[in-house]
Amino acid sequence: MALLEVLNIEKHFGATRVLEDISFSMEKGQAVSIIGSSGSGKTTLLRCLNFLERPNGGQIKVGGEVLFDAAAGKQFSDAEIRQKRLHFGLVFQSFNLFPQYTALQNVCLAPRLAAKEKGTLRQEEVEIRERGQMLLEQMGLSDRMGNYPHQLSGGQCQRVAIARALAMQPDILCFDEPTSALDPELTGEVLKVIRSLAEAHTTMIIVTHEMAFARDVADYLIFMDGGRIVEAGDPHAVIDNPQEERTKQFLARYSAG
Amino acid sequence: MFAEVTLSLLAGFGMTLKLFVLTLVIALPLGLFISFGSMSRLAAVRYPIRLLIWVIRGTPLLLQLLIFYYGPGIILGNNIWGSGDEGRFAAALVAFALNYSCYFSEIFRGGIQSIPKGQYEAGYVLGMTRGQVFWQIILLQVIKRIVPPISNEIITLVKDTSLARVIAVYEIIWSGQAFIKSAGIIWPLFYTGVFYLVFSGLLTVLFHMIEKKLDYFK
Repeated sequence: MALLEVLNIEKHFGATRVLEDISFSMEKGQAVSIIGSSGSGKTTLLRCLNFLERPNGGQIKVGGEVLFDAAAGKQFSDAEIRQKRLHFGLVFQSFNLFPQYTALQNVCLAPRLAAKEKGTLRQEEVEIRERGQMLLEQMGLSDRMGNYPHQLSGGQCQRVAIARALAMQPDILCFDEPTSALDPELTGEVLKVIRSLAEAHTTMIIVTHEMAFARDVADYLIFMDGGRIVEAGDPHAVIDNPQEERTKQFLARYSAG
Repeated sequence: MFAEVTLSLLAGFGMTLKLFVLTLVIALPLGLFISFGSMSRLAAVRYPIRLLIWVIRGTPLLLQLLIFYYGPGIILGNNIWGSGDEGRFAAALVAFALNYSCYFSEIFRGGIQSIPKGQYEAGYVLGMTRGQVFWQIILLQVIKRIVPPISNEIITLVKDTSLARVIAVYEIIWSGQAFIKSAGIIWPLFYTGVFYLVFSGLLTVLFHMIEKKLDYFK
């Protein structure tokens, strides 16, 4: 059974239709890449999955459970939305690290607050800390755990942000153009980390402008334009041999550039 | 004579300090809550709070002191403040606390609204509550940004306390002025300036230390 099913998602901002009839599904352990020009709705789609935006239509199911159904017209309480959000993690284009906390504190903050709410912080404290350290080591940041975000490079910040998202053990980790705010030379270190996550079969949705990366890492590729899915399928097939005229135009600009 | 004047002024300055400290203790947290009100999604909360801020910031503190002290007696026919020094001090404190909390609230609002939306979203997607996001992530960033404007207001407050003498709160200017009548000398009044200056100097150093302390992050 599919881990994530997105069915006929619609999103309007006023009269502007940002997402129209978006449907796709993915299995556990898969990586899905979403490509498309700016304004095509990629980011909005991720924001809908993370409940930062509410779709105007459609359904979102995780593991068969309906997380969101616009037809039900139900208003969720803050507590319900928090529960639903925990299925997803989100890595932002602009990192959004908490500036007053060290790398390790950034990673451990949310798990600590969650444990505190359950009243189990005392028992879990050491475990949370060790897990945070392990995640940062995995990101190649063993020597940066005590640094504050402003003391880190963009690539290091983004790797902390990835560790921070993983610390909540989401079912599906979403990346919103994770390298778009980085210098080209820092892009590589972040892509390497995401690649290693894919090799470890982390379930991921990656919105990116890195075509070669999308082709190599993803199991499934979606090309979006004007709020619609124009073409989707095997990444090699879509990128190397696109069928739709719009996809060809888009890719031609990339290979030319 | 100098020692006598100094002692008398110190007593007056004690009252100044008491009004200053108690005003801050009330107005800083109250200002934060008023700022929440002024940003509320509920129009029924937002507009009355904004009206209050407009009235309080739009009229002289001197006038507010008089209205708070004499108003209840005139309107209700009942002086709620009681008689004597304590009643006058209580009325002054209420007027100062309300006045300063409105000014503080606007500084808090500016600080809170200057924090990028991404900080909230990062907290929310990690499953944090609104409260957790505000107290654990946003507040310290706000404080860092508002230390300079808040310290400005606080130093203004040191000197504004002298307005309390219009309802006969015996603060330091009152003490200094008293020597004009009793001894025919004006220098004690001028001398009060030294007390203000030393105290605001200490505050300036304190705020500088706080700024330094918050320098560890950007």
